[in-house]
Amino acid sequence: MVVEGLLYTKEHEWARVEGDTATIGITDYAQEMLGEIVFVELPVVGKEFQSHDEMAVVESTKAASDIYSPVKGKVVQVNSELESKPELINEDCYKMGWICRLEIADRKSVETLMDSKQYEEYLEGL
Amino acid sequence: MPFISNTPEQQKQMLADIGLTMDELFADIPAELMAKSFDLPAGASEQQVRERLAELSDKNSTDLICFLGGGFYDHFIPAAVNSIISRGEFYTAYTPYQPELSQGTLQAIYEFQSAICRLTEMEVANASLYDGGTAVYEAMMMALRITGRNKVVIDDSVNPIYRVMIHSYTRNLRIELEETHCKDGLANREQILDRVDDQTAAVILQNPNFFGCIEDFSDIAAAVHKKGALLIVSCYPISLGILKTPGAMGADIVTGEGQSLGMPVSFGGPYLGFMASRKQYVHKMPGRIVGETTDKIGRRAYVLTLQAREQHIRRDKATSNICSNEALCALTALVYLSLLGKEGLKATAQLCADKASYAYQRLMKISKVQPHFRAKWFFNEFVLDLPCEAAGVIAKLIEEGFAAGFPLSRYYQGMENSMLICVTEKRTKQQIGMLAEALESVL
Repeated sequence: MVVEGLLYTKEHEWARVEGDTATIGITDYAQEMLGEIVFVELPVVGKEFQSHDEMAVVESTKAASDIYSPVKGKVVQVNSELESKPELINEDCYKMGWICRLEIADRKSVETLMDSKQYEEYLEGL
Repeated sequence: MPFISNTPEQQKQMLADIGLTMDELFADIPAELMAKSFDLPAGASEQQVRERLAELSDKNSTDLICFLGGGFYDHFIPAAVNSIISRGEFYTAYTPYQPELSQGTLQAIYEFQSAICRLTEMEVANASLYDGGTAVYEAMMMALRITGRNKVVIDDSVNPIYRVMIHSYTRNLRIELEETHCKDGLANREQILDRVDDQTAAVILQNPNFFGCIEDFSDIAAAVHKKGALLIVSCYPISLGILKTPGAMGADIVTGEGQSLGMPVSFGGPYLGFMASRKQYVHKMPGRIVGETTDKIGRRAYVLTLQAREQHIRRDKATSNICSNEALCALTALVYLSLLGKEGLKATAQLCADKASYAYQRLMKISKVQPHFRAKWFFNEFVLDLPCEAAGVIAKLIEEGFAAGFPLSRYYQGMENSMLICVTEKRTKQQIGMLAEALESVL
């Protein structure tokens, strides 16, 4: 399932850009591939990331995956609910399962992301 | 056929690719440790080998009355320990590699973890590490991961062998390691707190420390936490029968050498490292962890859990390259603790402390012997100053049938005349008296 209006990376992160902030999560494809998620290591609020920097880790029963920052920016909020309920990513990866919010530091870094149509095509090619 | 999977041509190519000669590749091995020759003698019969080995082992003195401590301790081991651990179902030195098939082994490890948690008053423990030294190194790396910082402060009252190990493990890492110098046999609070800043990941201390002195680190824990750093405490498990636990002091990671829990002192081991921490840090812990769960029809079952931290899944980003544990030694510790029970452990610890206290009083009656530290509190080890070099006195006492103590000059400058003496529950009043007389006669 791919949601319209979001932006995507090849590493299967999504970003919802609203004004100067981007909300980040992982896609339905990613949560499906990972299986039952048991732990999320959230970034620290205030930390700054370049695009493609490792920002979080999602652990499932069979793998641990790094989550890369889709844009350049500073963490302004994290979804602390994931600390006790990591399964929210499996249940609702695009809403309740969001990981963090970034204050975008470089608009250009947003332009390199795929839109939902491009991401769908990219998935078909995998 | 040589057990080398590549040809001389391939070796030449590999060396050319990295731009080294074979000698340069092995340059880190000190010259005196390099093999002089690989021209081995012809094979020998079983009987010849046994005779040769017996000849070599006869060079050891195994009947000395032991007052040696310094990290490894001569405690009484009930015969039941060996008899239980050598049962075929248990008898493997290694971590299970098809783990869920080995429910008995997993249960034993789970119970070992529970015992370590209760002993240290911490929330989670792993399935064990190689020894006390690697455990404290792993704890340090864990603190660096948790805090994302780069500086570590370690007091020199921590076992010098552990410190040597930490230095050699971290030689090629960019970690700022600072040593503080203990004061009157206790952790140097002033120096430690002076060095802890917003880049400090952890402070590493030991209780009882290498000199046997005991203290409460609660104040240091609180001060270290204020700076966002962690407190790592290495401990001697038998002492926890009567001493305030590292958990109660506010330590974040607790490690130790488990040899005293039913394993004999032996040159080179095998020994047993243990590690416990707070639940919030479990994802940063190294090594295997066994968890309890239920199978699909509701029966109690044990599994290796949180494996995504480990090397076989996380590859280069694993919390450690440890992917094993000291299974048989952990089982030994568990059996020993189960046989002693809570009261037995308390009684053993109390006996050690009482006998050490008696030995201290007795040895202090020798006019030429002085205490080294003013600190009054020790567990079962203490430091005495002699009027001459301790190493020479200790050598003379070996002739008299005593392993009388450890010469501290081996690791500490300015302690040429100091010796570390250890007394466990195994030493008798008579043996202590004999040591005192022998010591007086050689001074």
